[in-house]
Amino acid sequence: MTAGDQCGSSSGDPAAAVARAFREERAAVLATLIRQAGDFQLAEDALQDAFADAITAWQRDGIPANPGAWITVAARRRTIDRLRRDRSIADRAGRLAELARLGAGKDPGAGGDHTIADDRLRLIFTCCHPALDVSARVALTLRVVGGLATGEIARAFLVNEPTMGKRIVRAKRKIAAAHIPYRVPGDDELPSRLHGVLRVIYLIFNEGYAATAGDQLVRTELCQEAIRLGQLLCELMPGEPEAWGLQALMLLHDARRAARVDARGAFVALGKQDRSLWDEARIDQGLRALERALRLRRPGEYQLQAAITALHVQPGGTETAGWAQVAELYGALAELNPSPVVEVNRATAAGFAYGPEKGLQLLGPLLAAPALQRYQPLYAAHAELLRRAGRRADAIDAYRRAIALSGNSIERAELERRLRALTAG
Amino acid sequence: MPQFMLLLYRSETAAAGRSGEASLWTELNEALREAGVLAGSGRLHPADTATTVRVRDGQADLTDGPFAVTKEELAGFYLLECADLDEALRYAARFPLARYGSVEVRPVAGEDAASPGEPTAEQALEA
Repeated sequence: MTAGDQCGSSSGDPAAAVARAFREERAAVLATLIRQAGDFQLAEDALQDAFADAITAWQRDGIPANPGAWITVAARRRTIDRLRRDRSIADRAGRLAELARLGAGKDPGAGGDHTIADDRLRLIFTCCHPALDVSARVALTLRVVGGLATGEIARAFLVNEPTMGKRIVRAKRKIAAAHIPYRVPGDDELPSRLHGVLRVIYLIFNEGYAATAGDQLVRTELCQEAIRLGQLLCELMPGEPEAWGLQALMLLHDARRAARVDARGAFVALGKQDRSLWDEARIDQGLRALERALRLRRPGEYQLQAAITALHVQPGGTETAGWAQVAELYGALAELNPSPVVEVNRATAAGFAYGPEKGLQLLGPLLAAPALQRYQPLYAAHAELLRRAGRRADAIDAYRRAIALSGNSIERAELERRLRALTAG
Repeated sequence: MPQFMLLLYRSETAAAGRSGEASLWTELNEALREAGVLAGSGRLHPADTATTVRVRDGQADLTDGPFAVTKEELAGFYLLECADLDEALRYAARFPLARYGSVEVRPVAGEDAASPGEPTAEQALEA
């Protein structure tokens, strides 16, 4: 294996150069190689081989001027090797012919930046294909697009490594066997498919952001990865306002991460958070992403959620006037995408803006809905509004109900604290 | 072209009283034929005429009845030739039965999957 013609112009530590190439080039090279090889597993294995080859070759011949191009050529050769050896791979003849044709071209990155960007999008859309279980989409996106190790993903989702490994392998097999296309969907399907991609990224973010069990470092890493994925999507699809909207939403939440929980691990309500702990640079980034989204003038749910979050972080965002705007935005969100979460938040915001009676009035139909009898946030919001309305006995009942339904220890501790304050008073 | 088998599921009760959808079926069948994707289709006898075959230790183990454990039963199948899964899924969603039953889309292992112990093209390539 000598992709020799590009070798020898840089100096430095070859091992560090391979590590850097792995970090910086892997995802883009893989995205193109999957298209060329026509198979996820084959492309990943061949790319792994190519990086292993690089360690010896770069030590022997020096670091190539263009490490990404070297890896691309080496990985394509390794793909051909593997195709020749492995009889179980479908349509070997056709794929070998295609790879040989590509190998004859002079420029390994033929097609330029456009093709590379298209391949990266193809990879994202394929990993988030709706024919895959959502847990498989999340795992596959983190593994293949994000480049996280299977063990890291397993720890983040609190499952053991073999289980996560099987989930990822099964997803790749299904992509191959069921002919899930390696393609960015056409215009008619794009809105719903893009929404699916955004959902996967937001799920990854929320998994890291939700203050439940698990290793805090791993969770922070998940948030960072979701933001990196979101950034990549914004760069690849700059004309999609919802991509910017989601990016803004994640950045604005992430900016307040340090202030959400106090030193003893207890929940801190928005209005009581220490603003000096907020990451101003992150907030700035988030607000800029939101502006970018709004300039495209096609509203969507992530943009509305980001706009609400932006109001929360602005000075005076927790004053009455701010809450009126928040309630209005939740109203718009409820029209776009009706859901109990949105309705409960809307009622709470209206309660802050126009007084608890207004909020209780909005909660009425939700409290009567049989499907929401076990919906914890509803009773937490109900309790809070009853307390503010001075209906102490009713508030105590509602707090008890919310506590009984709570599955999150930090959240439960906060509800118990509020209940104690009420029973003591 | 890859082939896809569309297996149609529904419960007996959901199928009752749906005589009015005949024109929808005709319309669909015509559309599939026109698109040239229809390789075959058929209607099955009721589930109680089914036999499920399992092989254990080299012995065929027969069960009188369908494999399905839910209230839905296999009602028929369509064999489609589509470019990829997305196209097959789009057609599956057009079946009237998909609204009250299920349509399972299963990729059919075609000639592109090498059968075990039967080397074909690779010998030429390795030579």
